[in-house]
Amino acid sequence: MRWFWIDRFEKFTVGKEAVTIKNVTLAEEPLDDYLPGHPHYPHSLIVEGMAQTGGLLLSQMEQFLQRVVLAKVAKADFFFLAKPGDQLRLTAKLVGLQAEGAFVEGTVEIDGKRQAEMELTFAILDESYGNRPFFIPRDLLRVLRAMRLFEVARTESGERIAEPQHMLDDEIAYLAANAI
Amino acid sequence: MPSSEEIFQKVQAALVDALGVEDDEVTPEATMVGDLGAESIDFLDIVFKLEKAFGINIPREELFPDDILTNASYVKDGKVTAQGISELKTRLPWANLSNFEQNPRVQDFGNLLTVNDLCRYVATKLK
Repeated sequence: MRWFWIDRFEKFTVGKEAVTIKNVTLAEEPLDDYLPGHPHYPHSLIVEGMAQTGGLLLSQMEQFLQRVVLAKVAKADFFFLAKPGDQLRLTAKLVGLQAEGAFVEGTVEIDGKRQAEMELTFAILDESYGNRPFFIPRDLLRVLRAMRLFEVARTESGERIAEPQHMLDDEIAYLAANAI
Repeated sequence: MPSSEEIFQKVQAALVDALGVEDDEVTPEATMVGDLGAESIDFLDIVFKLEKAFGINIPREELFPDDILTNASYVKDGKVTAQGISELKTRLPWANLSNFEQNPRVQDFGNLLTVNDLCRYVATKLK
């Protein structure tokens, strides 16, 4: 199973806010398995989707080299269930940033109605947690392209952001090494 | 400038929210770690909540003087030296260090901070 709980980015303002879309479909295993007979999208996965939205917003600030982990769900209120066919619109706002972590406020809407509110605390891991990267750069780049992040991402002044050079370098090196 | 009571109420609300404790547990004398069960990641949450509640900026080093506690010239045999205590008093004028001074083991510093200390710190930021 792919651990992606967002489908694509709708908006991405560097260091400020990210908006993602998640389409809920009955084809996903967790829906039917979670409470057989009453398919709905588990709240825990909505939290994870917000963590992915906020985590990428945070990680992008250092060219996706930062190792960001969800450290605490400070608050998560859900107002109704998300069901097959629903489209979730997740908005993550970066409201606090320190060297060792960040605080994100998130809201989820379905058809314009507030479905959830949450507050997430992220930890930014330093060398004391080792120096192994979380992702292979070329793989993460491929996922970010699939999620259309670079298509919609803008700086606060409205400029587009480029795909990070270290990711492109890794991709080129891989392709060169595996060329037929 | 809000009154001491107003500051306490907002600090109390932030701690109740961040730590999942009851209002009556958040007394002025309660220690953050020992009495209220705060863990390191909770402090990040608490700092963000206080920043929002009071509209202030809280640099980590103002609340957590790690640089002093890990500085070899301020620590000897696991205890903060007199010079280190002096530095801590300068950095944290709002903290009550009297008990810590009796036996200033570095490992005990983390459990020093009380709710009252936090309120006094916030008050210094609002002046």
